[in-house]
Amino acid sequence: MFKKTLMAIAMSGTMVATSVQAGEVEVLHWWTSGGEARSIAVLKQMVEDAGHTWKDFAVAGGGGENAYTVLRSRAVSGNPPASAQIKGLEIQEWGDLGFLASLGQVAERNNWDDVLPAVVSDVMKHRGEYVAAPVNVHRVNWMWANPAVFENAGVSIPTTLEELWTAADQLQAAGVTPIAHGGQPWQDATTFESIVLAVGGADFFNDVFVEHNASALESDTMIQAFREFRKVKDYIDRGAPGRDWNVATSMVIRGEAAMQFMGDWAKGEFTAANMQPGSDYVCMAFPGTEGEFTFNIDSLAMFKQRTAANSEAQLKMAELVLSPEFQETFNLNKGSIPARTDMDMSKFDSCALASMDTFIATAESGQGLVPSMAHGMSTTSTVQGAIYDTVTEFFNSNMSAEDATTRLARAIRAAQ
Amino acid sequence: MSVTNRKGLDYWLPKLVLSPTIAITVIFIYGFVIWTAVLSFTRSRILPQYEFVGFEQYVRLFANDRWLGAMSNLLIFGVLFIAICLIVGLVLAILLDQNIRAEGALRTIYLYPMALSFIVTGTVWKWLLNPTVGIERFMISLGWESFVFDWIVNPQMAIYTIVIAGVWQASGFVMAIFLAGLRGIDTSIIKAAQLDGASLFSVYTRIIIPSMRPVFFSAFIMLAHIAIKSFDLIIALTGGGPGNSTDVPAIFMYQFSFQRGQLGMGAASAIVMLMTVLAILVPYLYSELRTPKNG
Repeated sequence: MFKKTLMAIAMSGTMVATSVQAGEVEVLHWWTSGGEARSIAVLKQMVEDAGHTWKDFAVAGGGGENAYTVLRSRAVSGNPPASAQIKGLEIQEWGDLGFLASLGQVAERNNWDDVLPAVVSDVMKHRGEYVAAPVNVHRVNWMWANPAVFENAGVSIPTTLEELWTAADQLQAAGVTPIAHGGQPWQDATTFESIVLAVGGADFFNDVFVEHNASALESDTMIQAFREFRKVKDYIDRGAPGRDWNVATSMVIRGEAAMQFMGDWAKGEFTAANMQPGSDYVCMAFPGTEGEFTFNIDSLAMFKQRTAANSEAQLKMAELVLSPEFQETFNLNKGSIPARTDMDMSKFDSCALASMDTFIATAESGQGLVPSMAHGMSTTSTVQGAIYDTVTEFFNSNMSAEDATTRLARAIRAAQ
Repeated sequence: MSVTNRKGLDYWLPKLVLSPTIAITVIFIYGFVIWTAVLSFTRSRILPQYEFVGFEQYVRLFANDRWLGAMSNLLIFGVLFIAICLIVGLVLAILLDQNIRAEGALRTIYLYPMALSFIVTGTVWKWLLNPTVGIERFMISLGWESFVFDWIVNPQMAIYTIVIAGVWQASGFVMAIFLAGLRGIDTSIIKAAQLDGASLFSVYTRIIIPSMRPVFFSAFIMLAHIAIKSFDLIIALTGGGPGNSTDVPAIFMYQFSFQRGQLGMGAASAIVMLMTVLAILVPYLYSELRTPKNG
């Protein structure tokens, strides 16, 4: 008994020595799958090493709807967790409601403004103050191809939209499914936004999905984008409706399909199947979007805390999230790239390096870097939902491209 | 003194014991219905707020193409699901009622689907109906090359696959209700009819089925609320797709309230659903519950 007391005194002594006040951070997230769970465990360890307590608040459900429902009830009852996995424009919505805590001091002390590109820090700031910390950057406009399938059919991997349709015809003639697709609204929207980028370019993409500019929405370019999108339907298999994205990826892995249009989280599936980038599978920009980058950033938003100790723990965690160690481990596991542009990338594979190069180049030139609509970076969930509805309705019916354009413009207006 | 005390206790005890249940019902059912109604008149987005905007959310709701599609899907699904379940359930019950051998075992087999959750039913039927892995592939592998059964991936037909899975799950339960009803009929009436020379068919159509009116009533009420609440079956079977072709009001309400930050519009859709249920059930309840008194 006496020994235990002595130990406790000794331990509390070291605690006092290492940190001023031990607080608790409760983190609401849905990184519950294998690789993701391992990545977040690293952050937990780092927070605990800094002398604070980590309270895991994982709510399963890939898209995070369940987690949001819990978060909302916690926020309404005045007891939000210290931090929650919130991204894109939703950070602004929570900021407007006055729930988010400022990370100004940490950001200044660690020069966040210098290490993060402006596009990333803009998403993390509410009224000019940092309220969230980015964990990664995903590139959405990727195409994942199985080179063996292309070789067998005697087709080269396409780099423009015209080449894509020619290649798809030849692949189909060779008896393989050209495009592995999952017919779920978000996957339809993911493919659609890449096509809009390929057809109209980055400025047009911004006019449509960020500014919701009426003349761009009803332009001929938009009609053209819908026409190109319709062509995808000719090259997918009949089992596509309702298919999950990772099942579609496995079609490419097994060589049943030639390519998939999906963000870089698909890389995890190839890695799990022991395939090497460059030889067993190829990652290339969506045809016609080389040098352009559709970004999707995951982040942890910080909620105002009741006690000073918890606030301090929260600030410490925000600092750790942007530390090079965490950014490296997390992104190696997740398939994405670090949000910091000053990192040593030696441990990353060729796909991540290509992604990082394009990211830095587009961030510096200000040309070609666009927020993903399909992943909630460009507009509110309300407008995003309206776009999803029209896009998926178009893809699954005989609606004409002209009608779809008119309906999309109308749906966006009604949702704003 | 002691007598009045005991009388007092007898008087208060049932009320005391029932009051927590009543309080819970009042708060968690009627209270929340009222709260939802209030929210449907506000501008609430991701969180409830109380800036009243009148019927604006209802106007936006009925201007939304997806909502209109969801309502018509519910109509198709509801009518077919209830009608087919009643017919299949009744036929199964009548056939089982013929004093056949192994009735208990057969009854259990038919009733078993009800023991599954709709998620299980939906997932199993999703695989069965998928043209690349299910029934179609099986028939083709048997040698029937031209066999096509792709309703689940065809936006025009997908809603009927929901009916198939729903009927498979619920008709055994309807059968059990009808079987209980059949067993409850006074056999002397049937014997009298048979003495008068009535055929088996006319015994069923003229005597047995009409006398099971209350049973139809309870079966209808149960099926109607399964149909209107249907959410998990559709999420598991088609996820509302292809496109939005199997969207129903419950999915719409969930997505708009909890995924798209439009709590006000979600609340409005919930209230419209409630009103639809009441519009169907109240007149039916009224007419059915009055009949015994008249008769």
